[in-house]
Amino acid sequence: MGKVKKKVKVIKIDLDKCNGCRACEVVCSAFHAKPKYSSNNPARSRIRLVRDPIRDVYLPVYAGEYAKAECAGRDKYVIDGKEYSECDFCRASCPSRDVFKEPDSGLPLKCDMCEDDPPQEKPLCVQWCINDALTYEEKEEEVEEEVKMEDVEIGLESMVDKYGLQKVMDTVARISKKE
Amino acid sequence: MRYSETGYNLEIDLSRGNIERVETDPRITELHLGGLGTNAKILWDRIPPETEPFSPDNLLIFSSGLLGGTPAPGANRTIVTTYSPQTLLMGYSMMGGFWAPELKYAGYDKVVFRGKSPNLVYLWIHNDKVEIRDASHLHGKGAVETQELIRQELKEPNAQVAAIGLAGENRVYLASIEQGRSSASRLGLGAVMGDKGIKAIAVRGTKDINLARPAEFLELCNDVLRYIKFRNENPVPNVMTILQGLGSPQEMKHVDEEWHTQNFMWGNARVRKKDYWNKEVEEKWKETQETVRTRLISCYNCPMKCGAIISVPGFSTYMMKCFSKLTYTMAAFSDLDFGFRIAQRATEYGVDGFSTPQVMAFALELKEAGILTDADFAGCPSDNEGKFYWLLDRIVRREGIGDVLANGTYWAAQKIGKGAEAYAHNNIKKHEQLPLKLGMLNPVYFLMYATGEKINITQIEGQFPQSPFMSMQEREEFVKDWVQVPDEKFKQYVLDWEPRGERSNPYYPTVDMSVDIVDWQEKMHYIDDALGVCAGLSSFPLKPPYHMHNYPRFISAATGIDMDEAGLTKVYKRNRNLIRAINVRRGLRRADEKPPEDHWKKRFPELEEKLLDTYYKFKGWNNDGIPTKETLHELGMDYVSEDLEQRGIIKNGKS
Repeated sequence: MGKVKKKVKVIKIDLDKCNGCRACEVVCSAFHAKPKYSSNNPARSRIRLVRDPIRDVYLPVYAGEYAKAECAGRDKYVIDGKEYSECDFCRASCPSRDVFKEPDSGLPLKCDMCEDDPPQEKPLCVQWCINDALTYEEKEEEVEEEVKMEDVEIGLESMVDKYGLQKVMDTVARISKKE
Repeated sequence: MRYSETGYNLEIDLSRGNIERVETDPRITELHLGGLGTNAKILWDRIPPETEPFSPDNLLIFSSGLLGGTPAPGANRTIVTTYSPQTLLMGYSMMGGFWAPELKYAGYDKVVFRGKSPNLVYLWIHNDKVEIRDASHLHGKGAVETQELIRQELKEPNAQVAAIGLAGENRVYLASIEQGRSSASRLGLGAVMGDKGIKAIAVRGTKDINLARPAEFLELCNDVLRYIKFRNENPVPNVMTILQGLGSPQEMKHVDEEWHTQNFMWGNARVRKKDYWNKEVEEKWKETQETVRTRLISCYNCPMKCGAIISVPGFSTYMMKCFSKLTYTMAAFSDLDFGFRIAQRATEYGVDGFSTPQVMAFALELKEAGILTDADFAGCPSDNEGKFYWLLDRIVRREGIGDVLANGTYWAAQKIGKGAEAYAHNNIKKHEQLPLKLGMLNPVYFLMYATGEKINITQIEGQFPQSPFMSMQEREEFVKDWVQVPDEKFKQYVLDWEPRGERSNPYYPTVDMSVDIVDWQEKMHYIDDALGVCAGLSSFPLKPPYHMHNYPRFISAATGIDMDEAGLTKVYKRNRNLIRAINVRRGLRRADEKPPEDHWKKRFPELEEKLLDTYYKFKGWNNDGIPTKETLHELGMDYVSEDLEQRGIIKNGKS
């Protein structure tokens, strides 16, 4: 397989510059409303400011992949004397909490970097953060060309990793007999 | 569908424990917009003027503005309205923060309280679920502490909570309503909240706010953000530092306090210290401020950083903004370190940072003059700072002399007698003012101080420079990109205004020009307060991003209401006259419209009378400051003139 060029979109988050205004949440929810900007509601935003002024916690987090189950354990981080829960940093829409879910349907939300036609120069949250707590970079990276695996293949590979190929094959054979 | 507003108010009857969600009339929005305007309409319609501030019949209204919670930057103000125990007039005080947008997301424009709860409660609004909850366990808790406790109790870290401290519970007239880094401090609204038995209002909302013409609205917001950025990079030259930028004066950012410490008065608004500031003080204050200031912070959806998180070692963290940093310091002839320490206790108690230090300095003057005695101060420590802590504790608990002082300098002086009235020298309409004493009368400021219904100069001034520029070159530079003026004539006023000679204070700006200037400044504040947009991005600073030319477009795009500059001016006039009528109905007259005697050293009684005459005439009021029948008719408010006529305030069809 050869090398290919891939555009990587990076939002750099500088916690020290955040003034806690939540403009990022406002404009994100407005941009993703249908029709565009017709409503706003921070509860629908794909960026969420974890905000606790008394403890000086200001942490913008973006919605990432959906997680079916919650984590078994919850770790805590202490950074500069401030305690954060692992969940504070987590991008997942998961059953343990109501962030990154549509408030009425409960469907998961995920940041799409404001994909738009014509493309936005920068994601809207970055455009509205004039304190530069959020800044945007595009990088080109050379990566190994890889064949994308299908979901079934990903699942099967993880089963093989865990139980061994023979066991998985036997099980598949047994199940197919039953059906 | 209703745009920009939710179209619903919450009506809470505290006596009966009844909660109702009531649809509002969209025609009232067209006439008064929202916020202060619609609060005034409710007050006029529903509370008879004889109602005492602490009567169950008095209403306490918490309102968002018409643009609150939309993407319009800085549209986050909560406008609280009731009859004030301090002035006995309509009291409205406002706060920034995060509360009003959250209320809109929960699906309501206002919360209107009536009656009184038999025991201490708090209101919990979570979208459609609204509960009155017991707050007996929060009795005596600090205003900041209470916000935290309620969030924990509800397991809702994102709930926004407005709360009172002990001062509000004890109906101290100086009591504020605290919320995040903001507070509605003036005019004793916290005392009315305490009287009604409401410790706090917590709100969490996850619903949409809709816009009528979304793309157009967003473009307007983008223009405002671009202009804020431009203004942050281009401070206005040739004016003092705190007037150069946007937002409220950047007291949390700047350490240089030469101007305030040497021009504002120390003690009970008496002593000017012209040589206070020096290198040594500057270094000490810089260290103090940088040690306690954790972060500069903003209100909802606003890029400015007018507030700060303050952590004084050994004290619980609180938030501060603007001038409270210096009010305690200067009242007590102390330093900044003391200011930050006592402000922590004062914020938890929930008291007004303007009036409270002045009341305490007033008490100490009375003691020195022998009007208050040792018996009044039994148990008071002998050191200066100790006296302030002691007085603060007595006032919020209404203990001993504190019970008298808790009603502010005006009422305290009445009660104490023995010449104490002369020491309550810094009031307008019974309310303490900024500790500022100046030389030459400024006609524009005379009018704003005298006639302002908010009774607080910072809520009236703005836009027009406070003093003339020194040279023509500076004046030309100032007016060249002054797009905010509603009329080109204002540029000429600035160009012709000289620091000395014929075209200088007090006779220039002329009487007519002064009235024009005041009308413009008032107009912008009234519009901001109806829309819920922060004055710091509009009516307060020089060259703000919101102004008379873009506001009508904001309103139209947000609501779908057809609005132009003439229409918006009419709404302003309607709100201005309605609030005047409410106060006139409660007894406000020309005789009350007086700045403190000693505000300026050089006074001009004839000119001052002429200024008032002309201002009233311009407003369409009679010579006693009462709106005429014709004026009210033009604004579609015959119902107001009919009421005033029935009460004999407007006589024989003439006021």
